[in-house]
Amino acid sequence: MSDFNEEQVVRYARHIILPGIGGAGQRKLLDAKVLVIGAGGLGSPVAMYLAAAGVGKIGILDFDKVDLTNLQRQIIHTTGDVGRSKVESAAETLQDINPGVEVTPYDTILSSQNASEVIEPWDVVVDGTDNFPVRYLVNDVTQWLGRPLVYGSIYQWEGQNTVFLPGKEAPCYRCLYPEPPPPGTVPSCAEGGVFGVLPGIVGSIQATEAIKLILGVGEPLVGRLLLFDAMAMDFTTVKVKWDPECPVCGKSPTITEPIDYDQFCGLVPGQAPPEAEHGVPTTVGR
Amino acid sequence: MAVQVKIPTIMRKHADGNAKVEAEGATLEDVLIDLEAKYPGITKNVRSDDGGLHRFINIYVNDEDVRYLGSLEAKVGEGDTISILPAVAGGWADRSR
Repeated sequence: MSDFNEEQVVRYARHIILPGIGGAGQRKLLDAKVLVIGAGGLGSPVAMYLAAAGVGKIGILDFDKVDLTNLQRQIIHTTGDVGRSKVESAAETLQDINPGVEVTPYDTILSSQNASEVIEPWDVVVDGTDNFPVRYLVNDVTQWLGRPLVYGSIYQWEGQNTVFLPGKEAPCYRCLYPEPPPPGTVPSCAEGGVFGVLPGIVGSIQATEAIKLILGVGEPLVGRLLLFDAMAMDFTTVKVKWDPECPVCGKSPTITEPIDYDQFCGLVPGQAPPEAEHGVPTTVGR
Repeated sequence: MAVQVKIPTIMRKHADGNAKVEAEGATLEDVLIDLEAKYPGITKNVRSDDGGLHRFINIYVNDEDVRYLGSLEAKVGEGDTISILPAVAGGWADRSR
């Protein structure tokens, strides 16, 4: 039965007997390579469920260190991890959950300089980032490399999920929002706040979609944007169409190279924002 | 025609904190004008200086993107739900520390 060792037969027993996975599906998971961008609120449940499911190779990327304010939602880290590198802390948790999983930590900022190199080896990419510059970069590069992108985002009590599947006239993030919002039109960071369980729900949906893509089962969340409102406990879906005018995946693309948008979140209201320049490497703000 | 308008979290401060409000109109433009009259400032970040719609905010009539329904001229009917959906990066709370 698909070359499982004794431990694997027991560990994955509930998958192996599950219609939709079975021995062949579990083998696909063991052979899969998934990159999780961000070891934060979304990345925590995504990476933990992928490790538990036996996804053979998991990459996890983050440049940050664990902060006490993270622990209200970033369940991959524990109190003792405060001050440690997030990817180091995350890798340890994943190995504890499942020592059979090979974890590749990327303790770095994703930029136009390294994005293609980082993303290229992976089968599926899960977006658990918290800022527009990296979101656009990940979208663009996954489109060019032909890697499915499992999208999730959260704000206060609301979350969004969708899947961007390159090719076949399926939409990408830029079909939904062609450009990042100009500085000053998004709320200041101090207005943020996030319900701690929210990334658990949105991230678990991302893990579900990533696993479905690996298995090739069910209906992927493609062309549909799932909107979750925790306050109203309401899930709704709106249609996302492929835009033939999309600057990245449209008929005549105008964006063909990775862009580093300036990080503008965190500005003091009224303060002049930095000019967003294309093609100039910048760091992603904290 | 009365429609329900779902207000995203970041715009609720303009709508007395409501997540859903009622508005009147036969087209999306009518609805936005009615909304602005009821809640001054609410459409400031929805409409561009030339009166069109910003591309970093999407609006849906039920589950259809209004861009494919004629944008501001999109027809709305009694009982329709209009959803306003700004681009959300998520996790901004991280930077408030």
